[in-house]
Amino acid sequence: MDALLVRLIILLPLAGAILTGLVPLFMPGLRKNESLISTIGTLAVAVPFGMVVYLFLTFDGNAFVATFYTWMAAGDLSVDFAYRIDQLSLIMGLVVLGVGTLIHVYSIGYMHGDDGFWKFFSYLNLFIFAMLNLILADNLVVLFLGWEGVGLCSFLLIGFWYTDLKNSAAANKAFIVNRIGDFAFLLAMFLLFRELGGLDFDTLLNGVDTLSSTTVTMAVLLLFLAATGKSAQIPLFVWLPDAMAGPTPVSALIHAATMVTSGLYLLARMSDMVLAAPGVMVLIAIVGALTALVAATIAITQTDIKRVLAYSTVSQLGFMFMAVGVGAFFVAIFHVVTHAFFKALLFLGSGSVIHGMHEVEHDLEHEGHDTSSFDAQDMRTMGNLKAYMPATHITFLIATLAIAGIPLLSGFFSKDEILFMAFQAGYNGMPVAYAVWAVGILTALLTAVYMTRAYVLTFRGEERWPEAPSIAPHESPLSMTLPLWTLAILAIVGGYIGLPGVIADGDWNWIHHYLAQDYGGPVADLADSAGFSLPLALKWLLIAIGGGVAILGVSLAWVAYDREGLAFDDRLRERLGPLYGVWEVKYRLDEVYDAALVNPIRDIMGQGFAKADASVVDGVVNGAARGAAAFGRVLGRIQTGVIQRYAVMMVLGVVIVMALILFV
Amino acid sequence: MDLSQAYDAMLGDLAGAFPLVLLAVAGLVIVVWDAFRNNDPLLPYIAGGALAIGLVFEGSQLASEQTTLFYGNIRAGGFAAFINMVLLGGTLLSVVLSVPYLRQIKHAYGEVYALMLFATVGMMALATGNSLIMLFVGLETMSVCLYILVGLVRKDEGSIESAFKYFVLGAFATGFFLYGIALLYGATGTVYLHEMQSGFAQSGATTMFWAGVGLLLVGFFFKVSAVPFHMWTPDAYQGAPTTLTGYMSTTSKAAAFTALILVLYYALPPERWTTVLAVVAVLTMVAGNVLALAQDNVKRMLAYSSIAHGGYILVGLAAGTAAGYSGALYYLLIYSIMNIGAFGVIALLEWDGKIGREQTMESLSGIGTQRPFLGLAMAVFMFSLIGFPPFGGFFGKVAVFGPAIDAGLTWLAVIGLLASVASAGYYLRVVYVFSFKSADERPAEAPATGTGFNVPFSSLAVLSLCVVLLVVVGFIPGLRDVTTHYFIDMAVAAGTL
Repeated sequence: MDALLVRLIILLPLAGAILTGLVPLFMPGLRKNESLISTIGTLAVAVPFGMVVYLFLTFDGNAFVATFYTWMAAGDLSVDFAYRIDQLSLIMGLVVLGVGTLIHVYSIGYMHGDDGFWKFFSYLNLFIFAMLNLILADNLVVLFLGWEGVGLCSFLLIGFWYTDLKNSAAANKAFIVNRIGDFAFLLAMFLLFRELGGLDFDTLLNGVDTLSSTTVTMAVLLLFLAATGKSAQIPLFVWLPDAMAGPTPVSALIHAATMVTSGLYLLARMSDMVLAAPGVMVLIAIVGALTALVAATIAITQTDIKRVLAYSTVSQLGFMFMAVGVGAFFVAIFHVVTHAFFKALLFLGSGSVIHGMHEVEHDLEHEGHDTSSFDAQDMRTMGNLKAYMPATHITFLIATLAIAGIPLLSGFFSKDEILFMAFQAGYNGMPVAYAVWAVGILTALLTAVYMTRAYVLTFRGEERWPEAPSIAPHESPLSMTLPLWTLAILAIVGGYIGLPGVIADGDWNWIHHYLAQDYGGPVADLADSAGFSLPLALKWLLIAIGGGVAILGVSLAWVAYDREGLAFDDRLRERLGPLYGVWEVKYRLDEVYDAALVNPIRDIMGQGFAKADASVVDGVVNGAARGAAAFGRVLGRIQTGVIQRYAVMMVLGVVIVMALILFV
Repeated sequence: MDLSQAYDAMLGDLAGAFPLVLLAVAGLVIVVWDAFRNNDPLLPYIAGGALAIGLVFEGSQLASEQTTLFYGNIRAGGFAAFINMVLLGGTLLSVVLSVPYLRQIKHAYGEVYALMLFATVGMMALATGNSLIMLFVGLETMSVCLYILVGLVRKDEGSIESAFKYFVLGAFATGFFLYGIALLYGATGTVYLHEMQSGFAQSGATTMFWAGVGLLLVGFFFKVSAVPFHMWTPDAYQGAPTTLTGYMSTTSKAAAFTALILVLYYALPPERWTTVLAVVAVLTMVAGNVLALAQDNVKRMLAYSSIAHGGYILVGLAAGTAAGYSGALYYLLIYSIMNIGAFGVIALLEWDGKIGREQTMESLSGIGTQRPFLGLAMAVFMFSLIGFPPFGGFFGKVAVFGPAIDAGLTWLAVIGLLASVASAGYYLRVVYVFSFKSADERPAEAPATGTGFNVPFSSLAVLSLCVVLLVVVGFIPGLRDVTTHYFIDMAVAAGTL
């Protein structure tokens, strides 16, 4: 029964992708039938969601593996299509399918009227299928299949409006940058297979003790590098902000809630191995903290609403890596869950805003305005949208407060838990963790500031588009606001699955008890296995600092931007001087990469290899081909069409055969 | 042999040979029917129905125990069911493809389907025969029908010429084959395959035995068009109606190869013949591929390509192991699918009124963009013929080259791989011309851009089926090994393992 459910959970989205993709491909009449396509596409995700809920509710605490068939067997390597149902994959499954269902519903309204409506739903379903392979896989190879699959879907969806060259370039960038991480993933698999002789998780995690520390370090380092690609960390995060070129539901689903967290999932799944490489964990913590800070500072200067959210995502992912770095894997997953709620909500809210601003753009065009420089995503043309889009406004505000970490909202609990774990790790003798904690606090302050800035510039103040208020946006349809409200509720209450240690001494931290190995879950944990707990007063102090920083940041930014609006950006620029300049140009990372890597490689390839390829390699190949063809023509002369010659050839053959059989 | 109960025993065995009997009866029905209602459009349905029923029956026998019928003359069940399914399936696909094609070239004769059924009866007798006499009867039944089918377009001088050449050279080869049988009977005192080794050990007539083997092999090499016995192949394939070329290039080859496998496996001591097979395999692979490179006519190119594929299969046979034999059978299955498909596409694209003998590849430039499905299907067939993963052809090559490497014939497998690489040169050219050249580049005498070719639904369905099969066949778990255990079981039964 359960195995059948697992099969259906994985195959239904694939069936949906085929039905909404291949069938309309051959029957163009169906492409315009949006109600049919959206029904199939949404059900293909909603039904598996229901099944996962059922599995979750009936789960008895014992992980089970559903093996379907042997994918490949060659020598010692045997890879099965096997899927593992345990606490970790159930949590991820709930998030992916739950948020996925909401975003499918939202897309019905958002993509209405687009020529590629059917294609969009097909890609989304395909993405869900790949993502399920990633999170449910019982071995690294199937996980990698999903890993590449989500990468492909990400590529397809970023470049969804591919007629604009900018979008195609962004899609290429995402795909190519991810290649680096994926290559590291492959190397990690090769290494682990050589050392352990298998790639299923039982073999890998039970075999950690038998490995030398160098091997473990190398493997974890490679896996982390893979994670920095998919989860957009330094040095590979540059693709994510550009990835916002895709339709907004895609940004919400793939580039905020699910795919970008797969690096965290991978490390949590391999937590036993990661813990065996303390050196790499320090690196992970530092990279996470740096990424969080760098992205947060860039986010303050952005004027494109989706870019603010993109950098915010990078920053929040940095927080999650901090948690991994200090050995608190379950907290990373906790933040994955809450972040999925409020960040998906923020993106969908921004999508609703963009939807409305497009309406404004359309109306302006109708009135005869030149709209070529009008950007529907630019916050500088928005303002006071609360008057026109009440539902979007309220839900966006909730998400803003949640991500800022205002106490009692979901983001507060998970972010605070990360900071707390970092501090505790320092307390237990990991000096770098104190620094990580300090950076985390600073970043939390910045987060509160830039999110409040984005909210105020968008929804408060005065209308800044031309001809306001005679031309005004309208609230989005119900299919778009319904997911917003649902996510808003989750963004409020989602944090209560992980109440902090000050309450009931941590006994009410449900997600910890559900996931952690000490309580029978799959995720290992540094804090539980080592050291001692902080004094209660210190815990309260830390929570007060965390909450206080959030309130401080929100109120500062609220007051400043509500009073001065856009002008406050200029004041900031003056006040901070060159520092702001560096943030504004995004630390020139793209330019540095271009100068250090992209251009030299392109030059070498273009000047050297391309020419060598054209002359030497092609020459050899073409020469061989010409030679063979010439040989063929010579040989072909035997084929004269004269039957007597044919018979002579046969006799010759008989002689050869008889000679070989009788005398050799 | 007790013949007092012969009548009862043979009557009882008829049920086991049900498809064989059914096809023969259906063929007779078609002949009689055709005599009263000439070229009735119903006739292909009779043939197709009989083939489909036979296919289902053999499918049900796949898991059953292997037995022999008619006093040990014919095999049934298990291994025999597998190869019969390949033969029946290939014939069925060819019948479906042939109906609209023959109508288009205005040669929709009713007797074609009777001849195809009779030829298939011969192939089944050949592929499942357990005595040399049965092999010979099957071989000749098959060949005579094929001679007629090749010359079907009586008014076309090329068709008549190729049929005549095929017939004369075939008769020549039959002579060798029959002489080989005579010598083997002389050396062993039996015509039953499984008794030959012991018979040979008793008589000790070494030279006579091996001379017989050599001549028998020559007969087989001719039928599977191995180099240098291949000379008839390009002419005959080019001159035959295209869908029938697809038919004879796959099923007749499958039958002859299977019979060869049975002879190698049962009748011959494991010595001496490996070198012959290896040498012929090398000649076949190299000459087939090199000659294909120089062709400008797709049909002729595919003829040489099918010669080359015979070479790959010989590599599996040269390995001489259970894995090699079952790999060869697996390859024959996949090869049948892709070759019937490729000839099926070409049949749909004929315009020269000379059954495709004279039209050049360039005359079909850009057809893949005008007929996207045909372009896609042809690309799948070509990539599969190259042996490109994930298509069936790749798994087929793994199945024949792998055992050869295990048997210590690495050099042979390497030559095979190099030959495959060279084959990409002419297969990809088809893809290139079909899909990447513009229709404007067609020569003047070719049909103008936009002139549609008639593509009936039944042909589309068969081609789609072939494409789907080629995509999934490599991933059907256990299919490759389905025949392996027959050889191992047989070896166990014979006490040699």
